[in-house]
Amino acid sequence: MDKISMQLQCPMPKLDFDIITMGHGSGGLLTNRLLDSGVFDLLKNDLLDERHDGAVFDIKAGKMAFSTDSYVISPIFFPGGNIGELAVNGTVNDLAMCGAQARYLSLAFIIEEGLHMQEFWDVLVGIKFAAERAGVRIVTGDTKVVERGKGDKIFINTSGVGMLHPRADIRKSRVQPGDVLLISGPVATHGVAILSVRQGLEFESSIASDTANLNHTVMRLLDACGPDVHLLHDPTRGGVATVLNELVRDTGLGIDLQEAPIPVLEEVSSACELLGLDPLYVANEGVFLAVVAAEAAESALEVLKGDENGLQAAIIGTVTAEHPRQVVLHSKIGGRRVVNMPIGEQLPRIC
Amino acid sequence: MKYISEYRDADLVARYLEEIHRAATQPWAIMEVCGGQTHSLVKNGILQMLPEQVRMVHGPGCPVCVTPLNLIDKAVYLALEKGAILCSFGDMLRVPGSSHSLLEAKAAGGDVRILYSPLEAVKIARENPGREVVFFAVGFETTAPANALSVLHAQRAGVANYSILTSHVIVPPAIEAVMNDPDSNIQGFLAAGHVCAIMGLEEYGPLVQRYHIPIVVTGFEPVDLVQGILMTVRQLEQGIIKLENQYARVVKPEGNPEARKVIGQVFRISDREWRGIGNIPLSGYELRPEFAAYDASLKFDIDIPHTPESKECIAGQVLKGIKKPHECPQFGKKCTPQHPMGAPMVSSEGACAAYYHFSQALADTETA
Repeated sequence: MDKISMQLQCPMPKLDFDIITMGHGSGGLLTNRLLDSGVFDLLKNDLLDERHDGAVFDIKAGKMAFSTDSYVISPIFFPGGNIGELAVNGTVNDLAMCGAQARYLSLAFIIEEGLHMQEFWDVLVGIKFAAERAGVRIVTGDTKVVERGKGDKIFINTSGVGMLHPRADIRKSRVQPGDVLLISGPVATHGVAILSVRQGLEFESSIASDTANLNHTVMRLLDACGPDVHLLHDPTRGGVATVLNELVRDTGLGIDLQEAPIPVLEEVSSACELLGLDPLYVANEGVFLAVVAAEAAESALEVLKGDENGLQAAIIGTVTAEHPRQVVLHSKIGGRRVVNMPIGEQLPRIC
Repeated sequence: MKYISEYRDADLVARYLEEIHRAATQPWAIMEVCGGQTHSLVKNGILQMLPEQVRMVHGPGCPVCVTPLNLIDKAVYLALEKGAILCSFGDMLRVPGSSHSLLEAKAAGGDVRILYSPLEAVKIARENPGREVVFFAVGFETTAPANALSVLHAQRAGVANYSILTSHVIVPPAIEAVMNDPDSNIQGFLAAGHVCAIMGLEEYGPLVQRYHIPIVVTGFEPVDLVQGILMTVRQLEQGIIKLENQYARVVKPEGNPEARKVIGQVFRISDREWRGIGNIPLSGYELRPEFAAYDASLKFDIDIPHTPESKECIAGQVLKGIKKPHECPQFGKKCTPQHPMGAPMVSSEGACAAYYHFSQALADTETA
């Protein structure tokens, strides 16, 4: 859903303040006014409505996964989403990569004083819809306000717990030579979308972030392939190259990566050309890598392609014992090169 | 992508490579001058597909690599001590100065911004009339027109708080420096396509004559590079020495007259220090005296000591193709992309960094 239709569905209530000040994080009357302004109504559920220090809930017997992540993206609104959606999808996806269906999330804000209430509201609406799409409930939270200059509009932390899929057995140690590497969709979209609106680097494009909850897609994959799925990973910061380098480092195995089948949207690819960026190192949000047993590769691909988040899924490589601890890319023209771990943030090149 | 995918055609690349294998009957050392070409050779894995006889030497055409240490120190000083908004192309940020890189200066509180265009820096200057805005104008002839234009824009708009810290270098004197070095063993050059797109071909004919060496103006895509290499190898094998233009779809003999005009209006040719190589006479651009008000090195009182380059770094010999990066005693030991001692280890276009990644792969594969 786009920002305008979200705003139409959830208009901001009339308030007697339009910017957030230090007092809104004091825990006193102003904090209550901020939260009562509609925050609780927007994220309403029986556990949150208790308004206690924490949430108490029953769980079924079985394995659970627990994950946490902080979100500091700038700018907080970007083509295709906002920091709120990212904060929900990110933790939901981290749990999904463990093979778990996210159930409950905590939500903590660190707000820089001066944030406009309308901006905060838009972030909240993003959170509400992302949580609904993922089928996860926000059950506890916290709000702090820091002085101007001590933050960057808003930082969000979410932590989440989820129930493991009964057939999931996802561990790095299960990755073995011969396994097949799949990607669920086009790479580098999110990173390029963010760059296109970053100050000083703006360029006109219609590239929107691919931020999305991947939990339903992963559950379908696990329904079909179960323990044949050896590892899942979402290549967020540092992109595909970083995740694969971590994988070969931790397993002592190697990866043969094929450049040709790696999906990249045409506009993203053009932007990367222009900026001198390698799409393999650019951040993703709504994409994951799956390492599956060779015999399950085709059925895994079929499941992904049948899912709205996996329409452009592709088999992009294999795990090998041939060149330990190295990711070797087979270029489109038949050359080979080692794909290294990036040193720091990828910086645009001069020429 | 139109006009790009055609030049990444695997079959065409394979055909040219086959031709190169057939044509090369003896060892040849060919230097690709431009860092963009080095990057593409490595990125596409072309180096490993060439016959053993054809050795590509990565030349001094990486602007990030040849920007002198002292100038990086000046940029850091302007950002940290003078409170200037220091704007730069992205890949300059990681290059180590004598104490800091610009990235570290940013972390230490300096206002360092990554831009794609110097014109954007003029806009920032306009929006921040109370602050000085400095653009770190590095690069070869390719980035010179936009940098010159930014000065003209600032002058026209009366933006007095804008200046550029210039470290412009030009290609032909670098080729001469390589050829004049008695230790040089380069037998042919791939000239930088984009530089020639601006400057045209006229400077290169005399070099071919003087040094009796083939020069092939070459593009950056895989098909361009293998075709350029084939043209050079054929000249060498047949003993025909001439200037050829592989990149004719972009490079016109006269270059881009408008761009050349702007360069000539704002800059004049001057001596330049090249990191790792030293001073090369008449090898760069400096602002003409009438634009002195926009010259950051004159505008600010920059009081920093001149730190000599690390004696252990053999960047100069590497950039001239005399030594291969891995022949440096510090290569991969004290000097790595994580802790570069010299600039060619920093940029992805740098000869040492390219070699580090590439030869690391080879070494590991061989021992595996």
